[in-house]
Amino acid sequence: MDDGLLFEKKDDLSVVLCGRAGQGIQSVEYLLTRIFKLAGYHVFAAKEYMSRVRGGTNSTQIRVSSKPVRACVSRIDILIPLDRGAVRHVEKRITPQTIILAEQEIIGDDFDRARYKFVDVPFTRTACEIGDKIYSNVVAVGTIAGLFGIDLQTVSTHVEKFFCAKSDDVVQKNLIAVTEGFNLGLGLLDSGKIRIEIAGDADVESQILVEGVEAVALGAIAGGCDFISSYPMSPSTGVLAFLAGQAKNFGIIAEQAEDEIAAINMAIGAWYAGARAMVTTSGGGFALMTEGLSLAGMLESPIVIHLAQRPGPATGLPTRTEQADLELALYAGHGEFPRILLAPGRVEDAFYLTRKAFDLADRYQVPVFILTDQYFVDSYYNTPCFDLSDTKIEKHIVKTDADYRRYELTANGISPRGIPGFGQGLVVVDSDEHDEAGHITEDLDLRVEMVDKRLRKLELLQYEIVPPELVGPEDYKNLVVCWGSTYHIVEEAVRNLDTDDVAFLHFRQVYPLPNETVDYLLRAQTTVIVEGNATSQFAKLIKLHTGIDIEEKILKYDGLSFTVEELIEGLNDFLS
Amino acid sequence: MGDIDIAWCPGCGNFPILKILKQTLAELAIEPTNLVLVSGIGQAAKIPHYLRTNVFNGLHGRALPAATAIKAANPALTVIAESGDGDMYGEGGNHFLHTIRRNPDITNVVHDNMVYGLTKGQASPTSRIGFKTPVQVAGVFLEPFNPLAVAIALNASFVARAFAGDAEQTREILKGAIKHKGYALVDIFQPCPSFNKLNTYDWFKEHTYYLEDSHDPADRNEAFKRATEEDKFPLGIFYINNNKKTFEDNVGIYEEDQQPLYERKPDFEKLHNLIETFKVAD
Repeated sequence: MDDGLLFEKKDDLSVVLCGRAGQGIQSVEYLLTRIFKLAGYHVFAAKEYMSRVRGGTNSTQIRVSSKPVRACVSRIDILIPLDRGAVRHVEKRITPQTIILAEQEIIGDDFDRARYKFVDVPFTRTACEIGDKIYSNVVAVGTIAGLFGIDLQTVSTHVEKFFCAKSDDVVQKNLIAVTEGFNLGLGLLDSGKIRIEIAGDADVESQILVEGVEAVALGAIAGGCDFISSYPMSPSTGVLAFLAGQAKNFGIIAEQAEDEIAAINMAIGAWYAGARAMVTTSGGGFALMTEGLSLAGMLESPIVIHLAQRPGPATGLPTRTEQADLELALYAGHGEFPRILLAPGRVEDAFYLTRKAFDLADRYQVPVFILTDQYFVDSYYNTPCFDLSDTKIEKHIVKTDADYRRYELTANGISPRGIPGFGQGLVVVDSDEHDEAGHITEDLDLRVEMVDKRLRKLELLQYEIVPPELVGPEDYKNLVVCWGSTYHIVEEAVRNLDTDDVAFLHFRQVYPLPNETVDYLLRAQTTVIVEGNATSQFAKLIKLHTGIDIEEKILKYDGLSFTVEELIEGLNDFLS
Repeated sequence: MGDIDIAWCPGCGNFPILKILKQTLAELAIEPTNLVLVSGIGQAAKIPHYLRTNVFNGLHGRALPAATAIKAANPALTVIAESGDGDMYGEGGNHFLHTIRRNPDITNVVHDNMVYGLTKGQASPTSRIGFKTPVQVAGVFLEPFNPLAVAIALNASFVARAFAGDAEQTREILKGAIKHKGYALVDIFQPCPSFNKLNTYDWFKEHTYYLEDSHDPADRNEAFKRATEEDKFPLGIFYINNNKKTFEDNVGIYEEDQQPLYERKPDFEKLHNLIETFKVAD
């Protein structure tokens, strides 16, 4: 390195901003990801935050690269701490290469300063000169943009758009803040202390920048969702908010219910009358929905449930992530009835699988889950535009005849679903065991026939299973098994291993378990499973259905997502 | 429906209510195919099975959320949520409150016999103080739930009480409730000859009277005052508020397009345009 050059990065830069809730870290994330994307960079962002509205310490990671980046890393290349305590908060992730851009008077001295590379950048001082320290986050946006040499006009346009709902004064001051910050960034480049040379990629322009939660909501619209009833609960609420925001545009009824019990009973009522309904919730809220889930099982009502997992038991860690509600979703609801559990790994999976969930639910008259988690719903990156070319809505409802019987016993278990007011028939559904007409019965022979009929649908579902995706050499010796949100983290970790005999198998459908599972597992000499929970729930499910015991496990349940580095380390331990 | 095995006890107050309901629906000429009876669980909640109509017999306490959604998904349907006092006011108490706030255009008929029948004789939210049961062995000491006062306090759009022993008046009240646009509560006093030996036909006759013709149902304060009378319970229409928008009107999707949801398809052109915005243009 040149004299005075403190930091140089030619690709794949990880910027972390850290500060109190209320300091506008989310705004920085929003603005920078868009600005980077416009400038032609691949970008990824993920956040971790405390369960509070003000104070605490939250951070967001933004990765910028010339190639696609879609996973969370431990490494911090540039750290911008905006508050006392911020450095301590991410201390474990600071490396000798990390450069910290900060004001010493702001970040305090509760850490060993001598260990780190600091450059004093007056974010807050500049903001105070503009009129309020509140602008320091936008000064930081400007500084980062300046360091990347992004066109100031582009940056200003986005800042203006972002604040357009506020007063002229606020807009103007933020524009000054971003410009002053931009000049600070240029000054850093001129000083020769920092050099960033990341190439853009022409593919980025036509791509979309989508957050996990948005992909679920857009997939719901594509699946014909016209009714959502839910009760706010982190981290699931974004789907309700997104669909409420689009309600007028798409003719969607979006209702905040008084509790999760009402939410799921509304959704089932809506399906009964011909809507395509969903609920969005998290573990505790879903626990309240379990009786309703069982009702869907008995009524043979379709329903789509977005279950965004967070750590439990009980209130747990409300704003953090975990994959520990697989068994809850699998076994929830009294009695025996079929269901489908989907678990998107990529944002595009969330779109296509949620769309598919509405068709599956309607076609087979079963509950379909979309299992995500906080890490997934709050992460975003650029990805090819969702393809609507094969989107069509097939409503699986029939016009009823006068002698219509809702629960007609059929060979495949599916009774044509009528809805009230469409045809000459009457649609009778009952949470009690019922006869073919839907009326309450205690004919125990009929009871057996009805149970068998409902469960016959499980056989049909075998033909609809979304297969697992094998990534890596077909003749692998070592196999890494994962499901749901860990897709990209495992992908990047496996790609960065020193050996080429490792493949990974990602499950986007976790139940019913794909039939290929056994074959994939038997082909491996050694297998390890990666799960964001403490008891390896998916490994247990695999053992139950295949008899194969995956003994090697890499598990995490501290409330944070895996990072690529952690998995590389874990996989290297396993391989050795 | 002659061959139906009705699960009610001889002398049950549900029989006259069923008869009254059938007559009311016939007089209003509501087509069975256009009517949905929504109920929960309990003896009263079995009533939809004894009529020729569409039925959503859901979970205990959860009739109202389902009924609200059914009406919202297809406003052309006539929706009646009908169940007992334990179902609507106990297990479903929270939904009772919030459905009133939501104001869907549904009729909520509550068979109020002040006791749990199907579980064989425990206290219900409306059981009177001192009422002894195998569970409330020393007698009920909880303040009885006052559904009418609660509904009026929440500015419900139609609040009435009837008595199963008076078919003619109950029919008129029920007709008014079904024709009313907005949420309409009809609490119907009924005896339970098996498990409530206190609140019998005679007891109800002695302890009720009709609101005077001069009672102004637009007067909310007066309605509330009358709803709190408990020495003798007034019957009739206590309160009507015709100035409330219904839930279906408020959801904002039927203003330009009257089609029920099942007849609609998503606009993929619009969705395409929405997805395009995620490209983040300059």
